[in-house]
Amino acid sequence: MSMLSPSADPYAVKSHGALSLEAELGFLKAEQPGPDPMALTPALLYLDNITVSFDGFRALNALSLVIGEAEMRAIIGPNGAGKTTMMDVITGKTRPNQGVALFAGTNDLTSMDEAAIAQLGIGRKFQTPTVFDMHSVEDNVLLAVKADRRPFANIEWNPSRHERERVEELLERVRLKDSRHRRAGDLSHGQKQWLEIGMLLAQEPRLLLVDEPAAGMTDQETADTAVLLREIAKTRSVVVVEHDMQFVRDLDVKVTVLHEGSVLAEGPLDQVSADDRVIEVYLGR
Amino acid sequence: MNRTRIIDRTGGIFLLAVLAAGVLIPASNLLLPPGNPLHVPDYMIPLLGKYLCYALLAVAVDLVWGYCGVLSLGHGAFFALGGYAMGMYLMRQIGARGVYGNPVLPDFMVFLNYKELPWFWEGFNIFPFAMLMVVLVPGALAFVFGWFAFRSRVTGVYLSIITQAMTFALMLAFFRNDMGFGGNNGLTDFKDILGFPISAPSTRLVLFVLSAVALAAGYVLCRALVTSKYGKVLVAVRDAESRTRFLGYRVENYKLVAWVLSAMLAGVAGALYVPQVGIINPSEFAPAQSIEMVIWVAVGGRGTLVGAALGALIVNAGKTWFTGVLPEAWLFALGALFVLVTLFLPKGVLGLAASLSEKWKARRPSSAPTPSATPAE
Repeated sequence: MSMLSPSADPYAVKSHGALSLEAELGFLKAEQPGPDPMALTPALLYLDNITVSFDGFRALNALSLVIGEAEMRAIIGPNGAGKTTMMDVITGKTRPNQGVALFAGTNDLTSMDEAAIAQLGIGRKFQTPTVFDMHSVEDNVLLAVKADRRPFANIEWNPSRHERERVEELLERVRLKDSRHRRAGDLSHGQKQWLEIGMLLAQEPRLLLVDEPAAGMTDQETADTAVLLREIAKTRSVVVVEHDMQFVRDLDVKVTVLHEGSVLAEGPLDQVSADDRVIEVYLGR
Repeated sequence: MNRTRIIDRTGGIFLLAVLAAGVLIPASNLLLPPGNPLHVPDYMIPLLGKYLCYALLAVAVDLVWGYCGVLSLGHGAFFALGGYAMGMYLMRQIGARGVYGNPVLPDFMVFLNYKELPWFWEGFNIFPFAMLMVVLVPGALAFVFGWFAFRSRVTGVYLSIITQAMTFALMLAFFRNDMGFGGNNGLTDFKDILGFPISAPSTRLVLFVLSAVALAAGYVLCRALVTSKYGKVLVAVRDAESRTRFLGYRVENYKLVAWVLSAMLAGVAGALYVPQVGIINPSEFAPAQSIEMVIWVAVGGRGTLVGAALGALIVNAGKTWFTGVLPEAWLFALGALFVLVTLFLPKGVLGLAASLSEKWKARRPSSAPTPSATPAE
């Protein structure tokens, strides 16, 4: 819980109209899910013995992975190692054939659909930036801001004050305030990546799954993205799948190497990249 | 981020035009002498009323296709069901005036040796009940269909094909005499509606005005929906469905709401259509009819609502003219129109008009800079 202290969270809801910031934070503290007495594990994300096979091909083979609260983890591995399939399992897109997937110790991810998992607090960024091209930048963020997701709750005239303020904060954070009225489809590749990260933050997730955030970015953008992710990881758990070794080095976090659907090695990047088996399957090539 | 205005400039012009037609055309028919070049003759009134019904139907198709990305090739089914509900009321109004003079059973039932009224014909002699069925029956079918289709995540061309199969299956069913809906001949020979003779010029004028009002109301309803946050989610579903899911939206529910509403609007259009053309038969369920509706929307401009209505008017006016001049070539002309629009006017007639007016504006040295489309706050 101490790690989750909301006052340290730069992405927490800052504005609730007339309420003071302190009152706000107190309110949030009460809202923050603490360690659940029913929790089966203290880990935020707990994957055990997950197996997914497609027509006999084992995309994931008895994969086990544990992510703590406010932990950042980099996942690396050669193509076909099962990185994307793992994200599909966590976000409910793919049902594992066997295994346990628990979120916050109590929620069985294997029995929920994408929408329920997203509402639970797991946000996902796709490999290719996926934003709503026809909508303006601010509408993209607005649609992502945590709110009632049911159809009839959204047949309303105007965004609420809370929603507006959240959109302001997030546009500021991902440096898109000047582009707010542009169509998202007209943004540069790097800007789209950041917009998508902004949309992720708008959901106020406890766990962010980020698939190759640095793909197609300039060196400067890549470095900025690493800084942004590290800052996010102060208060939220972040799982980053990445190919760019320099980027992984910049993140400076524990690394998990996947190979043929299971974990090959785990540890700091230097230790992992010295591992003979890792060199053989991946880095040596 | 601010809500787009429900009635924008295009929409305002459109509504004014529809309401003006609703006032001026009856006025011209009633007040001007038949010799006047601006006089709208009696026979034109139900024809124009029919176009308005088609325009409302096109708006309904555009709601799901243009905004939600669901290409329905079966909207004719909802239209026809609304039409049948109205037709059943009109049949019951005939009473003992039918050829066989049976006070309860419509002529075709007497002819087919029905001994009593089938249970599903009960209540249709009551106008409010029949009007309720006009929206409930298409709405219920759309709900059941959409519930299963969207939940099992059938999308794209597969969804289009099963909508087509739906309307085809209904057509075959309604062709059967023992379905109890008049089989091949459908329902016709109507006498009066709410006590007014159905083919009297005054009744037809009222039906025409009601069609104009329904079109305007249907447009405003759809427009209110698509400019809300719900509408933004709908467009998000159209453009990046899985992204929307991972934001926590239950995509199937969003689709279902638009789908059911669209079906109900189509039902209303069908109900207004039937008394004006005087017949409803299973050919309204024909797959080709539903495909034609999609062409109207494509011609006018998908995802604009106004364009859909415009397309329905243009294509149907063209159809009326063409089938008079060169009837056997109509289908070829329609096909060619669809190909040409797809190739050269991807945004339809409305998109063409918009780009022309932009060009025209750009050519004139403008005194003031164009205000940005969405003001900051």
